[in-house]
Amino acid sequence: MTENIRSFPGTPLSEQDFEEGKILFNYDELNGKFSWDTGIAIGSYLAGLKNGVILGSRCSTCRKTVVPPRTVCEWCFRPMQEYVPLHDTGTVNTFSLCYVTWDMKRLTDPQIPAVIEIDGASPLHGIMHLLKEVDPQKVHIGMRVKAVWKSAEERTGAITDIQYFKPVKEV
Amino acid sequence: MTMRKVAVIGAGMTKFVRRAQETPKELSWLATRMALESCELTLDDIEAVCMGTAPDSFDGIHMKGEYLSDGAGAWRKPYMRSYVGGGTGVFVPIQGWYHVASGMFDVVLVVAEEKMSNFYPHAQAAFLTIFDHTTERPLGPNLLWIFALEMNRYMTTYGISKEDIARVSVQHKRNAANHPCALLGDPDITVEDVLNSEVLAYPVQRYDVSPVSDGAVAIVLAAEHVAKRLTDKPVWVEGVGWNLDTAHWTNRDLVYPRYVEYAARMAYDMAGIKEPKKEIHIAEPYDPFDYKALHHLEGLQLAERGQAPQLYIDGTAARDGNMPVCPSGGLLGVGNPIAAAGLMKIAELFWQLRGEAGDRQVPGQPRRGIAQAWGDLMQVGTVVIMGR
Repeated sequence: MTENIRSFPGTPLSEQDFEEGKILFNYDELNGKFSWDTGIAIGSYLAGLKNGVILGSRCSTCRKTVVPPRTVCEWCFRPMQEYVPLHDTGTVNTFSLCYVTWDMKRLTDPQIPAVIEIDGASPLHGIMHLLKEVDPQKVHIGMRVKAVWKSAEERTGAITDIQYFKPVKEV
Repeated sequence: MTMRKVAVIGAGMTKFVRRAQETPKELSWLATRMALESCELTLDDIEAVCMGTAPDSFDGIHMKGEYLSDGAGAWRKPYMRSYVGGGTGVFVPIQGWYHVASGMFDVVLVVAEEKMSNFYPHAQAAFLTIFDHTTERPLGPNLLWIFALEMNRYMTTYGISKEDIARVSVQHKRNAANHPCALLGDPDITVEDVLNSEVLAYPVQRYDVSPVSDGAVAIVLAAEHVAKRLTDKPVWVEGVGWNLDTAHWTNRDLVYPRYVEYAARMAYDMAGIKEPKKEIHIAEPYDPFDYKALHHLEGLQLAERGQAPQLYIDGTAARDGNMPVCPSGGLLGVGNPIAAAGLMKIAELFWQLRGEAGDRQVPGQPRRGIAQAWGDLMQVGTVVIMGR
């Protein structure tokens, strides 16, 4: 049918149409405010962060240690009741050098988000966080990193209690 | 389980554009009318309507399914909107398929619409709330992060170069130059153009990404006895599959989309396909980013792990190759109005298998094609196999 029909419907607009006032539009801002309960598992995770510890949870049936902790094992659907403290070191599983913000503003120095496999959790189990104190060109997958914490007084029980991860010397 | 055979008998779509003058309802109506006219039906012949559209936040309208219902011809009919993130466009025809296969309805209309330009200033921000509010959002993420992280993991694990990945973008955008609805078709684009485009979130550059778009697509599904009366060239839905992986996306290896494999195996089993590489003649994998097409070809068992770039290097994936990939131009070339983009792939297979794809026609009278979409927090795979 596309061979028979050359003109498909739809009217594209350009920036110019708006500048010249050819198009009427209605602008509004929608503001939603939320207060999220942290729940059982993430509540424990945040309490751990406040104390300077990354907590995981362990399934005794699947013998998996996951992070962040959760109340149910996704594999066997049994409760995960055992919380285990993990190390605050890990390995970069993957990373990006990001030169734009969420609203498409440009950055000169990139943000470096990474998935970090946390030591003590099962293989390939990590969290997303940021890397700093590192030359962007030298970041690599497999790099060893360590959490840089806020001071005990400043910690509030949030993921940002870990300010970022930085490289540790590879031996 | 006895299921009835289901055919696609008509399809229609709007142009995919950066910003459409039409409202979401109007776009839906334009595509729907074209789909009905293509098989010479009227709304009276339609027994139920399935609507696919992605997050309400694009439009700032809650319960978007209900809002779109008049444009989709849904009034006083059984109607439901389905939504599985970016996977919606290939899930909604599956929803339509089980409406008909089950024996509940004989003729069903399937509509997918997206108007991303409503979101101001850029639709990317509408995706921010897919990240976990407590453990991820305080870090200030943006949507590009997850693609960049996945792409880097994929490239580094298999030692795939940026150049090999850029070939995907080039081929899809060149293919799209023959699509009358395409937003970013470009017959002259080169690998250098992609590699020299602005770095957004390394390894993702501007031309690695599909554009924000507005558009709508509609298809008509019919049971066998109706389809055979209405057309000499029904295109059968031979297999469907869908599958979801964990939302704890940092707890699994991003290098391989296992959920796409499971969805594909479900569809291959239903279609009786034993050797996908030989039995699939056209592939329309989901390609919002160029590396995603490669990732998905591997998940669909159409390439060995880490070997998908070879299909583009040796010409297998070209429009006149042994297994053309995205002859439509894909999301990279035609555009990416989320749900509509997935259904565009179904419409493309419909036109290709009927030999009606015009300038985009794949030679050699292809008999069978596969379309796939992907979405949510990198966790859902939806697959449809069509044949004639």
